[in-house]
Amino acid sequence: MSEMNKSQAEAYWKANLRIVGGSLVVWFLVSYGAGILFADALNSIPVGGTGLGFWFAQQGSIIIFLILIAFYAWRMNKLDREFDVDEQ
Amino acid sequence: MDLMTWTYLLVGASFALYIGIAIWTRASSTGEFYVAGGGVHPIANGMATGADWMSAASFISMAGLIAFLGYGGSVYLMGWTGGYVLLAMLLAPYLRKYGKFTVPEFIGDRYYSQTARVVAVICLIFISFTYVAGQMRGVGIVFSRFLEVDLLTGLLVGMGIVFIYAVLGGMKGITYTQVAQYCVLITAYIIPAIFISFNITGNPVPPLGLWGNVEGSDTHLLTRLNEIVTELGFAAYTSGGKSTIDIFCITAALMVGTAGLPHVIVRFFTVPRVRDARSSAGWALLFIALLYTTAPAVGAMARYNLTVTAWPGVAASTDVGSAVTDPQNALAADAIPDWMKRWNATGLIKWEDKNGDGRIQYYNEKGLKPEVAQSRGWTGNELIVDNDIMVLANPEIAKLPNWVIALVAAGGIAAALSTAAGLLLVISSSISHDLMKSTFAKGISEKQELMAGRIAAAVAIVIAGYLGYNPPGFVAQVVAFAFGLAASSLFPAIMMGIFSKKVNREGAIAGMLSGLVFTMGYILWFKGIFITPVQENIPANWLFGISPEGIGFVGMLLNFAVAFLVSRVTAAPPERIQELVEFIRSPRGAGSATHH
Repeated sequence: MSEMNKSQAEAYWKANLRIVGGSLVVWFLVSYGAGILFADALNSIPVGGTGLGFWFAQQGSIIIFLILIAFYAWRMNKLDREFDVDEQ
Repeated sequence: MDLMTWTYLLVGASFALYIGIAIWTRASSTGEFYVAGGGVHPIANGMATGADWMSAASFISMAGLIAFLGYGGSVYLMGWTGGYVLLAMLLAPYLRKYGKFTVPEFIGDRYYSQTARVVAVICLIFISFTYVAGQMRGVGIVFSRFLEVDLLTGLLVGMGIVFIYAVLGGMKGITYTQVAQYCVLITAYIIPAIFISFNITGNPVPPLGLWGNVEGSDTHLLTRLNEIVTELGFAAYTSGGKSTIDIFCITAALMVGTAGLPHVIVRFFTVPRVRDARSSAGWALLFIALLYTTAPAVGAMARYNLTVTAWPGVAASTDVGSAVTDPQNALAADAIPDWMKRWNATGLIKWEDKNGDGRIQYYNEKGLKPEVAQSRGWTGNELIVDNDIMVLANPEIAKLPNWVIALVAAGGIAAALSTAAGLLLVISSSISHDLMKSTFAKGISEKQELMAGRIAAAVAIVIAGYLGYNPPGFVAQVVAFAFGLAASSLFPAIMMGIFSKKVNREGAIAGMLSGLVFTMGYILWFKGIFITPVQENIPANWLFGISPEGIGFVGMLLNFAVAFLVSRVTAAPPERIQELVEFIRSPRGAGSATHH
């Protein structure tokens, strides 16, 4: 904490919240959006004998969750270095 | 070699491996007992988290649930994986930075209150015991089917094995045993799935085979499955099921509940650095996703296999509608396959030739108009299949070699034991560390605390075994309970503790209690696990059409709302707590998990 002043700490936290917020929007859209709320509409797009909504609900959302965590871990490590708060 | 020899061989070899690891990784300090000394590699921790998380429910029950629910089964697929996104982004890195041993310890410190800590311990114990009872039950089922011993003997053997490595090894022993258990369970899950996918679709990769054609035809597997099951009066496989609001709420309750399960959270206390906690959540989800992307394929293929087993004549026909009306196409009573006879002994599959035509008609009585059934000469469904046998019997249905069947038995036991051990550890550490060391017996030395932890683990195993032998209601009902409680009590308290500096002691305690009481009350109201249900558990009676499985989501919203309102009208948290929050938000300076 000592090597970082207050405004820098706030800027770091805001940047962190932006990354988390953006990731969670995608997280919501692929699962609750594509897999549940808009599943019926997306099912008009054919995928493997059924529709895109079913694909998102049973497989697509899981794959995107994985990509999201990988992105988050990479982006946060980069942010830590930018703000010089990473663990040496 | 016959099946029994193979099963004893593989299950015995896996047990020897677990015990060997336990002796090799014996814990000698409280740090090793609670968080494996904080030195676990993120990939190893990811694997251990996978085994910790994937329980008997994931291994044995989930694909069977998906087989019968079809699209409705998606709640488990999304719910039990999406929680890791929340865990990775909202909880794990910050709790790792904080660097303590238990979840209640964080809550007690952040809300500067022993009361908050004790409330968290109560939530944790409720959640973990309901969950562990299901695991012991799973161990018992696998033992009694594959080793043909009775349920009690099966339970006792399972308890004995967990006792050895959880009590001796603590978190350190559990972690490395779970790595081995992950390897056993994932191999056991994927090998039969590869065989089955190849048999049905010609594609050896199950997650791809799911979208492929039925081997030797140009019809998609899912299209074909839809055609056959709807003709038999079942809902279409790829749609239907529960209402949209209910699917939404169940998925949310399972996701948030996953992120709030103490035995999963503590796994992230064992890695060396904050950045490892982030990546480890990704590794964990990767290892989990191997099973969770295979499960929907196993579900659909098991359903297909079962249906064409019951309707051997229908499989080859091009016109399903007229094929089911030909009496010759149903399964002849004298041609019932051996696997059905074997599983009949467990009571999980039953048949009865009600119309006395020498054949078994399998269909959905409620989904077919009575006059249609009558015109086909059907006088009621003649085959009843339990969800739980779909994974365990799958290799037999697909006529796979004996060693594959034995491997599935070893995998089911690995899944149940690894989860049970993780749960028992958080129960024992919350008792020895949060209740004794910090609240009721402050003067005890580290050695005494370690001994208290071991005794608590031993007692917890005995209680878990008892609950497994006399389960309070259905295992599936009990699991809904655990997730609902985790979602509505612990998750909001931890998250607000990190993301808000304003939420205070009074707010957190009021929030946890209202979430807990509301969710528990709602589930008991409709399911009555220890009491008689107050109202019938049907959609018309539910609040906003949300089932007890999904109510944890509403409980979570209630927790947040109450905590914010109460915090607004009571004194703000002291300055040092605001500094603490600043401290956990910045990664630099995370030591390994330490004592006060």
